[in-house]
Amino acid sequence: MSEWALHVEGLTKWYGSTLACRDVGFTVAAGEAIGIIGESGSGKSTALRCIAGDVRASSGRVLLQKEGGAIDLLELSDAERRGLRVDTLSIVFQDPSEGLDLRVTAGGNIAERLTAAGWRNFSAIRSRARDLLDRVDVPIDRMDDLVETFSGGMRQRVQLAKAVANEPSLLLLDEPTTGLDASVAAGVLDLIRSLLETTRVTAVVVSHDMSVISMLTSRAIVMHQGHVVEAGLTDQLFEDPQHAYTQQLVSAARG
Amino acid sequence: MTIAELVDSSVTVEFAHLDEQSKRVIRRAILTAVAVPGYQVPFASQEMPVARGWGSGGLQVTLAAIGPNDVIKVIDQGDDDGINAANLRRLIVATTDVEETTDAREATIIQSRHRIPEEPLTSAQLLVLQVPVPEVLRGVERDMNEMRRMHAESDYSKMWVSLYEDLVRNGVVTASTGYPVLVNGRYVMATTPIPRWDIPQLDNAEFLTLFGAGREKRIYAIPPHTKVEPLTFDDVAFEVEITPGATCLLCATSDTYLIEVPSHHGWICSDTDFCTRKRQDNV
Repeated sequence: MSEWALHVEGLTKWYGSTLACRDVGFTVAAGEAIGIIGESGSGKSTALRCIAGDVRASSGRVLLQKEGGAIDLLELSDAERRGLRVDTLSIVFQDPSEGLDLRVTAGGNIAERLTAAGWRNFSAIRSRARDLLDRVDVPIDRMDDLVETFSGGMRQRVQLAKAVANEPSLLLLDEPTTGLDASVAAGVLDLIRSLLETTRVTAVVVSHDMSVISMLTSRAIVMHQGHVVEAGLTDQLFEDPQHAYTQQLVSAARG
Repeated sequence: MTIAELVDSSVTVEFAHLDEQSKRVIRRAILTAVAVPGYQVPFASQEMPVARGWGSGGLQVTLAAIGPNDVIKVIDQGDDDGINAANLRRLIVATTDVEETTDAREATIIQSRHRIPEEPLTSAQLLVLQVPVPEVLRGVERDMNEMRRMHAESDYSKMWVSLYEDLVRNGVVTASTGYPVLVNGRYVMATTPIPRWDIPQLDNAEFLTLFGAGREKRIYAIPPHTKVEPLTFDDVAFEVEITPGATCLLCATSDTYLIEVPSHHGWICSDTDFCTRKRQDNV
């Protein structure tokens, strides 16, 4: 694959003598979405947080394609990595309170990302925030309400709007619909899918839920006890699982 | 044995209350503060004969900077006769024997809590401000380490969000004292506790301003000829406090910082020295 946007190899994280993930590797093309599926404790979230830089990986490489060549995210200083989080790399957390300040309005949360990128015009910030909230179906009359007054589903929509505010090239989604009830989750899932389709952003989606992975991604890797046990096209993985763990996962989902 | 007998007669009272070692500690912090405009320099704040929160930081800065030939003016809310101002002035004069004045033009050191004198200060004058809360990020962030990181990386987006939220909720900027300014294009600093009215005086000023926070153990500075920009959005003009039509009941001035006197249904100058001299045609 020549047009890769993100290339991860040998990503390993030890907590003391406890292994969180080992030798995780995958390549994502520009505009593609890849899934990481596995049960709780399989190391999928740790792998994602190592890519995001919130957790420092023990070893491995995370290459991100940028103008002027690829950079290894693991070699950046904390300040450089935070700089990247402004407009190049965004992460959407399972818990909206991790990505949002609940005591600030929906518009204000988006303003934080915009002002970090240097926006200094109040009306331009307002209109950009309005467009973004409109895009994620948050009613415009709620724009100036504190996020803590929002329902779980709406918080997650605001978090998505904030994440894509500066049109990042890489979007990391950590269990984006877990914790929402089924109908709300379906709506948010629809929204994520349309965002991925319309923005050509490269995405990594972590979930324990097969339906989330199959709806959002075309390729996926399966993680079990810190290792990648299987990788391939999402449809194929779930139709014809090879590894014993994947088979177990699929049969569990089918009930 | 009495206390008087216990005290060694060879012990002399130090000039300006503090011992030379303590003054040196404070001066070193002042030098660092001047070298890095807007940066809060930690210093070993002393116990002073005034309670913390009553100007102990400003007092230490003044006592470390003062020399026998200085002329001191101390104001509180623009008023030379405020109880706190009078007490601090008496302490400074009693321990240094320097001359005291209320005339902002005569003073070489002006210690103040809430105001910069209306009279434009000169390069021969030092302004010392007593600071209650030096950390400008205190309102938007709780974690001290995170605040330090934000200053280090010039990551002030949370400050901008608080301005955004103020405009959204109130339609206007409501922050009055302690309005955030960007100093020398680098550090965001609290102009505490002076009102917005006085902020334009800090920009590219002729004089040196030193901020002392005794309780929080911080000193920071705005050196002369330093750019001081109030944080404001491009399309929302920075405005100082103005009440249209208000004039001083005593001197009839309208272009000074006025404070309301509800009992007389009117306004008077906050700067008592300026107001007095205005009435004597001595401005």
